[in-house]
Amino acid sequence: MTELVFFINQVVISGLVLGCIYALGAIGITLIFGILRFAHFAHSELMTGGAFIAFLLASAFAAWGIVTPIPTGFVVLPIAMVLTAILALGIDKGFYAPLRKRGAKPVTLLIASIGVTLMIQGLIRLFFGAGSYSFFETEPKEVFRIDMAGLGSTRPLVITEPQVLMILVTAVSVVALHFFLTRSRLGKAMRAMADNADLAQVSGINTALVVRVTWVIAGALACMAGTMLALDVTLKPDLAFNIILPIFAAAIVGGLGQAYGAIAGGLLIGFAETLAVFNWTMLLRPLNAVLPDWMQLPATLALVPTEYKLTVAFVILVVTLLVRPTGIFKGASS
Amino acid sequence: MIQRSLALFGGLFVLILVIGWVMGLPFTTSRLVEAAAYALIALGLNIQWGYGGLFNFGIMGFLMVGGAAVTFISYPVNPAFWGSDGPMMLGRALFAFAGGALIVLAARQAHRIGITGKWRGALIVLAWFAAYVLYRSQIDPAAAYIESSGGGWVGGLGGHPILGWLFGGVLAAGIAYVIGKICLGLRTDYLAIATIGISEIIRALIKNMDWLTRGTLTVSPIPWPTPLPQQYQAQGMDMATSLIAARAGFLVLALVVLAIVMWLISRAYSGPWGRMMRAIRDNHISAASMGKNVTARQLEIFVFGSVLMGIGGAMLVSFVQIFDPSSYQPINHTFLIWVMVIVGGAGNNWGALFGAVLLWLIWVISEPLSKAVFDFVSMWSTNFGWGAIPEIEARSAQMRVFVLGLVVTIALRFAPKGLIPEVVKREDAR
Repeated sequence: MTELVFFINQVVISGLVLGCIYALGAIGITLIFGILRFAHFAHSELMTGGAFIAFLLASAFAAWGIVTPIPTGFVVLPIAMVLTAILALGIDKGFYAPLRKRGAKPVTLLIASIGVTLMIQGLIRLFFGAGSYSFFETEPKEVFRIDMAGLGSTRPLVITEPQVLMILVTAVSVVALHFFLTRSRLGKAMRAMADNADLAQVSGINTALVVRVTWVIAGALACMAGTMLALDVTLKPDLAFNIILPIFAAAIVGGLGQAYGAIAGGLLIGFAETLAVFNWTMLLRPLNAVLPDWMQLPATLALVPTEYKLTVAFVILVVTLLVRPTGIFKGASS
Repeated sequence: MIQRSLALFGGLFVLILVIGWVMGLPFTTSRLVEAAAYALIALGLNIQWGYGGLFNFGIMGFLMVGGAAVTFISYPVNPAFWGSDGPMMLGRALFAFAGGALIVLAARQAHRIGITGKWRGALIVLAWFAAYVLYRSQIDPAAAYIESSGGGWVGGLGGHPILGWLFGGVLAAGIAYVIGKICLGLRTDYLAIATIGISEIIRALIKNMDWLTRGTLTVSPIPWPTPLPQQYQAQGMDMATSLIAARAGFLVLALVVLAIVMWLISRAYSGPWGRMMRAIRDNHISAASMGKNVTARQLEIFVFGSVLMGIGGAMLVSFVQIFDPSSYQPINHTFLIWVMVIVGGAGNNWGALFGAVLLWLIWVISEPLSKAVFDFVSMWSTNFGWGAIPEIEARSAQMRVFVLGLVVTIALRFAPKGLIPEVVKREDAR
């Protein structure tokens, strides 16, 4: 039983948390790809920028002496999401819209998004330096230890308060997004435009509005993902730049343009990363009593060494692109 | 067009003179050597992107491969490794690797004995897993042994650095062949993401294979192909002159390599081969209908471009004399080169050359320049009683990333074809 609790702590919880963050980022990337047809690299900087906006708001709350029952990061999240959505709209207006108007190829937009990435990253580093920050300098990070002794486990089940909230908030926003895309007029218009932009335009859909709504949703979700990542680990300028490729992997594995695919892809990549570096000996140790001497399990029995954790996502990405480029949910391929 | 290019190159020359005057000659010669190496790399990307329209975002991986190659060839021999059991164990790992490859190849042929469809797929996955386990079972103990008691790492071969550059090119070509074989069927932005992913895999491997590359422990000093400043000093030359003389020697060598490459690829560009490549880039369907083997030609161009990247990466490592896998970053080693080619002019070799030198100079001077600006603003704000700007040093180091992003977004907006755009020659209709 101890081994099972260890497995839940190491794989189920951390895989779920990582998967939620990947999924939220991948939804934005996949929506932008579906509507605007380009791979938006600057999404990582929307995430980091959103996290820094939330951090500034949280610091301001702390300075004004506002005390909240849940971590301040979550309280300020809605305001930060609105601000990041405005930032995303501004970036589109300033950098991508002029190129789109000229009829630039998707490749040009991709390079422009890399330019935007560099600029925002430069600005963030300019103002915040290269150090790392924590949301929990003024308040404690609550850790729940659920005693499992009743089930015969010597280890408690460990989960932090931000992790619980993170999983709940992700679930709520995914359900909300589902209802938005399937029930509202605007959501239906978005799906129509993702399917066929020309057809959507001739049937009277306001495509400019759809583009704006896409940026608002993508920016808000990016802010949510970035803030949650910063709440789970620490906030630093290259927070999301390092995980943008796993997020792209999630979007591609799920099928670019497919919102539900992005959620599935995110969870899949998150669990694959944690499972690949998990030390199976910890789970299978009781077998040592049964196995003969020459078959004793080694001290570490992981699929890949820990230092290759992020590489797992890239391998999945490359394999998906080769075996099934449209992704598991049959996304856009052209 | 010619006038514009001459004016731009003239301006660049003046910029170099100004930098030489302000920052001193030793600094400027170093930066010029690096600029020459980056020009080689940019020409490699220009072949891939400008001639062939291939979207390679994995430049960092090829630079690392080149760097590792020159380290392996030119670093002195490590007798502790060759005297231990290490070579033997590595040989066994190589056999395991070959065995694993055979298992996978055999599984791929399973359809011949009547195993098809899903069963064949499952068998191939199983074969990959078995091959992986087989290889890990041999390489892990070998790596652990070499790192602990077999001399620490493999060491070098003690060859001439120029051989190392060539080997860098060859190794990059081999890896490019494999990557191209796998990925070139993908369309543009998928190809970009796949190559970024592969370059990250290469980086993770080189960084963590301590037994082969010494990983984060870094290797130095790597020998120069030309005499080092210390050798000039031994002959009684003073410090500053010896630095300039040695770097000038390296610069001449780099420029010779650059000139040879430039001549070769310009001839290739204007020949039938270059025309065919442009035809494939502009409309691969019509090129295919004219009987050109599009995939094979694209693979060819991907390999050629990567050779230049490997050589350039090897040259950079030779020059700075240290191979540090953790210093490689996508911003410095992939995006920077893309910006060079885009700003200079994709498809035009002189444009790529111009862009490489200009961007490298902007990249290196934006730090001291922004420090000067910050110092000025800080002085001004202190006089006003607002206090000085904290951590000027750290902040100005970050400015170059911002400047790079600004340059590329401006270039895409106002000069999308680059400063020296491609010249499309048309044969007169007869």
